[in-house]
Amino acid sequence: MRGSRGGRERDPGVEEILRGRRGEGPISRKAPGPVAWFDVRSMTTGHLAFSIHRITGIGIVFYLYLHLAVLSMLLGGEDAWSGFLELATTPLFLGLDVILVFGLLVHGLNGTRLALVGSGFVADHQKALFWSGMAFGAILLLYAALHVFTAGD
Amino acid sequence: MTTKGGSTRRLLLHRYRRGDAEPHIEEHDVPADEGTTVLAALRWIQLHRDPSLGLRHSCFHASCGTCGVRVNGREHLACVTMLADHEGTIAVDPIANLPVSHDVVVDMQPFFARFPDQHPIVRASEPLPHADATDAADGIDEHERFEDCIECGLCLSACPIAATDATYLGPAALAYAQRLLEEPRGTDREAILDWADQVNAAWGCHAAFECTEACPSDVRPAQRIMALRRELRRRRRRQGREVPEPENGTARP
Repeated sequence: MRGSRGGRERDPGVEEILRGRRGEGPISRKAPGPVAWFDVRSMTTGHLAFSIHRITGIGIVFYLYLHLAVLSMLLGGEDAWSGFLELATTPLFLGLDVILVFGLLVHGLNGTRLALVGSGFVADHQKALFWSGMAFGAILLLYAALHVFTAGD
Repeated sequence: MTTKGGSTRRLLLHRYRRGDAEPHIEEHDVPADEGTTVLAALRWIQLHRDPSLGLRHSCFHASCGTCGVRVNGREHLACVTMLADHEGTIAVDPIANLPVSHDVVVDMQPFFARFPDQHPIVRASEPLPHADATDAADGIDEHERFEDCIECGLCLSACPIAATDATYLGPAALAYAQRLLEEPRGTDREAILDWADQVNAAWGCHAAFECTEACPSDVRPAQRIMALRRELRRRRRRQGREVPEPENGTARP
């Protein structure tokens, strides 16, 4: 078969063709590299979900390392940790917590949608699934935001 | 600015000729009315302004798939896309993720190279004079023919994965593979599944559904890729059951 990477016998020129090396002209691009993932000119529901999933995914990975860095403050003793807790309960940090919850909800709910769509059973309803997931997420986010800002009052 | 029977629209046209260091954008004002298509505007430029403009077209009614371009960033067939449906200046670019041959014409060889070997690029026409569900082949619920695909390449252009992975086989080829599974007609089914069961094939799709949005023939390539994945998962489960348990009780490699 042509075009496979599975170690099967194939036309040796296919990879070259796929990469466009046989074409004389430049490869036409919507945008350079991964910027094309966020091409807002063609932002349909599926593409919107695709773009948001990447942005929230990168954000969550960033938060993971930030979280580990914050936890490392425990090595500095009680004073260092107490100082951080004071900072972490300021409105600015609480707002960042809400943004984190937003990212987790969007990524998790859209990830669930992707798992369902990828199963091939509900692919025709991917738009409805996305917007209903986001609506559910908005309710959860509202609840979480109220909880974050009112807890301890 | 108006002309007889209509107004003038400004096109920002992608120009590239072999030997050019870089493509460049050229502005053209073309006469237009409510029924002027992008293809008509391009032909007007070719006839009245620059006969060297590279342009590919044939049927003028969305069945040959040769005039695919990007209009203001979105994939369209130029022959059925009205200038009047786009506001302001209109950018016309070649479809993405393929090498540009000349101006808005791309080299389709990498597109066709993605298809499985069994892909019959040229085939006899197969009219279905008695097309109803009772005539359908075994396992087919209705006559939903992949032959609707006009191989225009708009889906590959719209695909965000193809934008960053030149070896991704893309929506059209994968949808075709799924169509072959639906109606094999002598095709080696297992070979098609082997072909599709690759990281750069069925599993490379990230479900942005841009291909389905771009497809002018309602092939719904993304939905077909998801159906292909379902077939692949079934086969993996089946193969898992078929693999005999090792006699010595150790885990399978």
